[in-house]
Amino acid sequence: MAKVVAVTGNEAVANALRQVNPDVCGIYPITPQTDMMQRYASFISDGKVDTEAVLVESEHSSMSACIGASAAGGRVVTATSSQGLALMWEMLHIAAGDRLPIIMPVVNRALSAPLNIHGDHSDAMGARDTGWIQIWSENGQEAYDNTIQAFRIGEHMDIRLPVMVCMDGFIISHSIERMEYLDDPEVKNFVGPFKNLYPLLDLDKPKSYGPLILTDLYHEYKRAQHEVMLKTKDVVLEVAKDFEKLSGRKYGLFESYRLEDADIALVILNSAAGTSKDVIDEFRGKGIKAGLLKPRLFRPFPYEEVAEALKNTKAVCVMDRSDSFGGYGPLFMEISSALYQLKQKPALINKIYGLGGRDYLPSHAEEVLQELHEIAQGGKLKIIKEYIGVRE
Amino acid sequence: MKQKGWKDLVPGSVILEGGSAARFKTGSWRAYRPVWKEENCIQCLFCWIYCPDMSVKVKDGKRGEFDYDYCKGCGICALECPGKKGNKAIVMEEEGT
Repeated sequence: MAKVVAVTGNEAVANALRQVNPDVCGIYPITPQTDMMQRYASFISDGKVDTEAVLVESEHSSMSACIGASAAGGRVVTATSSQGLALMWEMLHIAAGDRLPIIMPVVNRALSAPLNIHGDHSDAMGARDTGWIQIWSENGQEAYDNTIQAFRIGEHMDIRLPVMVCMDGFIISHSIERMEYLDDPEVKNFVGPFKNLYPLLDLDKPKSYGPLILTDLYHEYKRAQHEVMLKTKDVVLEVAKDFEKLSGRKYGLFESYRLEDADIALVILNSAAGTSKDVIDEFRGKGIKAGLLKPRLFRPFPYEEVAEALKNTKAVCVMDRSDSFGGYGPLFMEISSALYQLKQKPALINKIYGLGGRDYLPSHAEEVLQELHEIAQGGKLKIIKEYIGVRE
Repeated sequence: MKQKGWKDLVPGSVILEGGSAARFKTGSWRAYRPVWKEENCIQCLFCWIYCPDMSVKVKDGKRGEFDYDYCKGCGICALECPGKKGNKAIVMEEEGT
């Protein structure tokens, strides 16, 4: 039986981790994630989990400890944000290249400089090419559900990859929402016992991780790494189906909101999707066919499926809460790549919003939808990339 | 020998056997070769202790020949060697001369 609770995003994800009860957890504080690992440390101190906490001196060390523990044969978790994720950078590649299914909630926060502790997506977008699976979450419920599903996805014997579960810093991590918890035995049963692939602690079968591989085979290893990412989509859907049976909550590669007959659409990640849906409803009320696509699986990116979902639209705006200075926003680049393969493409624009936790307001969504509506009516596409909610 | 394709690889480039590094003869990297002068050797075994590889062979507590399959010629043994009456028991000689 599900239990209805009022909790923060951090609290919900810490509780998901408690229900899974992993073997090892690398812990290093960073705002806004700190509160999640602090709660988890309490679970350890109170004897509610059997996890061994490794208290380290940096996130680089935290990820290193996780890699060691995972190669040794444990079920391993950690969590981070912003500068912490940036400091892990080289180790993220190693976790993925070694095919170690480490699960890591990422509480999205802006990157320095200037120093800012609030929610934007610059941190996880910077880790886009590390070889980790990335799953994004709109609210606390999704962050909780995605964390539980992440274990089944990353640890799947055909996959064996690390997974980041992203949620917006403060907006979700520190806001209390009504949500549902699964029962402990349900989660335990859903996730199942941890299965090893090549544990170092199986001393009868000695093995080595991290060999030197030069021009003779490196290219082949990277090709193989891409292949496993291609298999991931099916596993994500299979796990989502099982999760729906358990929870009644449905997940896919992305969420389509009123998109089936839409002329105009927003593509937007995480918490701002919630605000946008309200405004979509208002536009529908005015007789304008507006819809929304909210990516969930960002790596691997479901290009064909996204193109299929947007192919009948006339104008689309991709909203990025991070930037590539001198380039388009990272989400825009993916959507643009997906749509290029279509014979008939919608007009496509890019808005950068909400950097460093700047509020994303319904009025912003209204402005963008109005612009899309005009473009769809035959208006001129003026500028491709633009900042919204920015003072002149 | 047919080289492996990308579908033939062990996930995560894990090497599933112990001791396979023995097949990698790193001695080929050597530019200078340590040469043991037994007449100056006092059997202190400093060379055996200091060798960062395992290229000084010891049997029954006595120093034997170098293992040139793996000695990379770093010269630490020659530097540490106290020798006898000012004469080193290990000297470095350029390879291929």
